[in-house]
Amino acid sequence: MSTTTASAPAVEPAAVAKTPRPQRARRRRRLSQWGFIAPAVVFMLLFFGYPLVRNVVMSFQDFSPSTFFDGKSPFNGTDNWSKVFEDDLFGKALWHTIVFTIGSLIGQFGIGLALAVFFTKKFPLNGFLRSLILLPWLVPMVVSGIVWRRILDQDTGVLNSFFDTLGLGGGHTPWLTSPSMALFSVIMVNIWIGIPFNMVILYGGLQEIPKELYEAASLDGASAWRTFRSITLPLLKPVITVVLVLGFMSTVKILDLILALTDGGPADSTQTLGTLTYQNSFVQLDFGAGAVVGNVLILISAVFAVFYLRANRSEGK
Amino acid sequence: MATVSETTTAPKRRWGATVAGVVILAVMLFPLYWMINTALQPESGLLEVSPVPHSLDLSGFTSALSEQGGHLLTSLAVALGAVVICLAVAAPAAYGLAQFRLPGTKSIVFGTLITQMVPGIVIANALYSAYVDLGLVNSYFGLMLADASLGIPFAIVLMRSFMVAIPKEVIEAAEVDGASKIRTFVQVVLPMSRNSLITAGLFAFLYAWSDFMFALTLNTTDDVKPVTLGIYQYIGAHVGDWGSVMAASVLSAIPAAVLLVLAQKYIAAGITGGSVK
Repeated sequence: MSTTTASAPAVEPAAVAKTPRPQRARRRRRLSQWGFIAPAVVFMLLFFGYPLVRNVVMSFQDFSPSTFFDGKSPFNGTDNWSKVFEDDLFGKALWHTIVFTIGSLIGQFGIGLALAVFFTKKFPLNGFLRSLILLPWLVPMVVSGIVWRRILDQDTGVLNSFFDTLGLGGGHTPWLTSPSMALFSVIMVNIWIGIPFNMVILYGGLQEIPKELYEAASLDGASAWRTFRSITLPLLKPVITVVLVLGFMSTVKILDLILALTDGGPADSTQTLGTLTYQNSFVQLDFGAGAVVGNVLILISAVFAVFYLRANRSEGK
Repeated sequence: MATVSETTTAPKRRWGATVAGVVILAVMLFPLYWMINTALQPESGLLEVSPVPHSLDLSGFTSALSEQGGHLLTSLAVALGAVVICLAVAAPAAYGLAQFRLPGTKSIVFGTLITQMVPGIVIANALYSAYVDLGLVNSYFGLMLADASLGIPFAIVLMRSFMVAIPKEVIEAAEVDGASKIRTFVQVVLPMSRNSLITAGLFAFLYAWSDFMFALTLNTTDDVKPVTLGIYQYIGAHVGDWGSVMAASVLSAIPAAVLLVLAQKYIAAGITGGSVK
């Protein structure tokens, strides 16, 4: 940076004194302008572009624990792909990813929207309560996972003892330790994490809707539900799209939460494409197989990226 | 606070909503209460936790501090480093993308949006072998760089949307006065975009502080261990000692709580601004 500052004053007087060369001056101007953008472009190419390409290449390479000693990772055709696809675990992980993502989105969005509507009412302490609800979203996800792991403990967790006290039975629900319950529990915790984010964005969207429309609706004698369906929902639609797509993007790849809650277990019942990528690469040290699962994850994300960009474009109009 | 003057019409109903709001908040924040409550009952390891701590037992905190204190400092160092890298890379780019008419800037903005969608584990997968080759595994700098990547696309998008609003005349005036591009940027553009810099920096800090995935995958020894990784390994080793685990969790959540108190308006602006615009 310092070189540019030093050279700029030295160059400019000379350029002015001599015959003007607009062409060269413009090129120099362009070059210095690119100087602002180039570091970010290089950074993003290294940390996003390179991994994308590298993952595709890696998925055709043979990695084993010994690779890290001898550095050899020979190409092996489609071996990794067939190995991953023939394993039942891949199908399971894909299914869990779908259930986890859709379940989380429905819960986060539904409750987030309800709370956003609730907070559009005017009442004392509204702003204070609204900002405190953000806290769960700001705590590191792995920490939230660990806290919930304690709460959901089958024998000593507070949730079961709470149900016990209420006499609702089921005081020994194996929230995280039974294969049939674990995925549901993980979804429940992720809904809790996602509510503040949904609420804040939807609340912002609701604030943008002109108040006059509601006044007109109430003059027409429209019911609350009717007003919500005919005014709120249609006008909120662009924001809803963005919330859902961003929610999708962050949910489909979740790793921290699942590792902290269940480590993918019991009996792989909470294994998703994200955790499977991690397991393959960093536990089994088979980076080729990890790359295959990672590529599938990218492909799913790419499909939704298209949705996002279309939503973004219509937003801009 | 602004509502106080308007409470005359139906005060009862309004306070009714406040009560409902408090109940909602209590349900939402219960897990965080439980974290603090458990942290103050260190002997409760394998028993049920009582609803309120009987006495203030800080032994969970002292053992958490002695075992996780170093990791908290690591987190702080890595997060601050990531913020510096993130802002140093993203701020000039945001300015360039907002104000310069260059060919290809549109596709760069497009690319920036796309990068926010690349799953982190996929990046870690490829980055690991590159990091091994470059000797960046188990290094502070390597983790700072990786954590900075979590915030850079977001920071560019956010700051750019602020910098677009800076009038061209202001920048031209500075250049007419003979200021170089960099001087204009540092002395005119950055001060004007102060709020967006704070917001972007705040989020870069939170992303890096909460990062678990890069900490888990890009470190093979205990040399560089942020607190998220520390706590995760802690529950593996001390399943019975929930008091200390929760005390460590409380300590790791403090930056979030402090930021929320100090920077409420920036956080709300960041959540909405960076994602919707």
